[in-house]
Amino acid sequence: MQTFFQQIINGLSLGSIYALLALGYTMVYGIIKLINFAHGDIYMLGAFWGYYSINAWHFNFIEALLSSMVVGAISGVIIEYFAYRPLRHSPRITALITAIGVSFFLENGMAYLFTSDTRSFPQVIQQHNYNIGGVLISNIQILILVTACILMVLLQLIIKRTKMGKAMRAVSVDADAAELVGININRTISFTFALGSSMAGAAGVLIGLYYNSIDPLMGMTPGIKAFVAAVLGGIGSVPGASLGGFLIGMLETLFQSIGLSAYKDAVVYVVLIIILLILPAGIFGKNVKEKV
Amino acid sequence: MLEVKDLVVNYGVINAVKKVSFNINEGEIVSLIGANGAGKTTILKTISGLLKPKSGEIVYLGNQIQRQAAPKVVASGISQVPEGRHIFPGLSVMENLQMGAFLNKDKQQVQENYRTVFERFPVLAERKNQDAATLSGGEQQMLAMGRALMANPKLILLDEPSMGLAPIFINEIFSIIKKINENGTTVLLIEQNAKKALSISDRGYVIASGEVKLSGTGAELLANLDVQKAYLGG
Repeated sequence: MQTFFQQIINGLSLGSIYALLALGYTMVYGIIKLINFAHGDIYMLGAFWGYYSINAWHFNFIEALLSSMVVGAISGVIIEYFAYRPLRHSPRITALITAIGVSFFLENGMAYLFTSDTRSFPQVIQQHNYNIGGVLISNIQILILVTACILMVLLQLIIKRTKMGKAMRAVSVDADAAELVGININRTISFTFALGSSMAGAAGVLIGLYYNSIDPLMGMTPGIKAFVAAVLGGIGSVPGASLGGFLIGMLETLFQSIGLSAYKDAVVYVVLIIILLILPAGIFGKNVKEKV
Repeated sequence: MLEVKDLVVNYGVINAVKKVSFNINEGEIVSLIGANGAGKTTILKTISGLLKPKSGEIVYLGNQIQRQAAPKVVASGISQVPEGRHIFPGLSVMENLQMGAFLNKDKQQVQENYRTVFERFPVLAERKNQDAATLSGGEQQMLAMGRALMANPKLILLDEPSMGLAPIFINEIFSIIKKINENGTTVLLIEQNAKKALSISDRGYVIASGEVKLSGTGAELLANLDVQKAYLGG
């Protein structure tokens, strides 16, 4: 029973990071129907920014987190502007291939600039472990979980309550009608990229704290897992992405705890295959018929 | 108020609008009638900035607007109620209306607009917190019109407002259009229901295969035998 609760705690902290990443996938997909495969690399950029800002300027956790969100947001907007905007009216597959290209560009560009060595992330916060009834919880796990939850609630408020958030939803359901009421489509899409990418930037710093190590290719696997999380929750659905992230995180730690560490990545892909076969719209997704 | 001169619009490879000219004076209700595929919707989308013409001019209050993007056209006072309503599902009735006033920074005026819209469409006030997708067709049409009115348009473009509605709603929609016009908004109406449209219009144009075939006052067109044969069911 203790191990069970232990794995739940571990799964929740890892899952909250996947959830933050999955939100970006789902928001971008919702508005321009693009799977932004470069999203995981924005998370890598966030982690590197955290690494350098803490080492060079002695940022504390909050400063590193907020500044990496800004860096993430700016990179997301730049990527959208130069890579995806020119392809707005191209077939979807063109934009998808471009996203993969952007991902390679970021990974290899960072490897070229900073070498592909693994670095150990500076521990801005001293780790303490608390033993609660035999379950070990570290202050870092609590911090990750709380930060991720605060960010998700904030994001939900922005989407539901602010005028820009409502404009995002309007553009994602009907871009032409949104234009007819005076919503600037390009600006709304930039805003969506900024929001989603800022979540990825924050996730980068959090994972640095959790796993202690970062490298230029660190965004690949979590990026794909977060994509699976978004599909599991129902791509385009914001609560779905959060739920999917937590589920994938739990599943992964569960497999690790029963001694199948070697299969922890494989099981996530198996989940993807199963969802696509059984529940292609995901948990919260709507089955939308293609318009003709 | 609005003058369309020799407008040519291609829709992909199809030449959908061929040198169409017409004009709308302030305070009028003008309707464009014609069969499906005649090019009416294309004309409307070009005015509102969703489509760019190949040639020709659209002059609105002395300015050429044929190259302006849709948000700019809305800002200058032209609002379109698109064919098939196109309300925002997933947003509440209230949020849909708020989006209609997206460009309006004057909060007090927006509040006043809500009041005017709710007075005109009491059913929207009753359902203001409901998801817009749950409204009936007629209610959605009212919401689409309310949303357009939230922008304080000087000219409102209505694309097939009676399409797919029950007869009882059709009469209501047309009487609302008349009222909107009486309150000082100029109306450009596109309809397949030509009899109804012409009966409330000051003037009308008959469009067929991308050209203006006939024009006249609403009453003249209603009395015209050709129109009766082609569009009014004999």
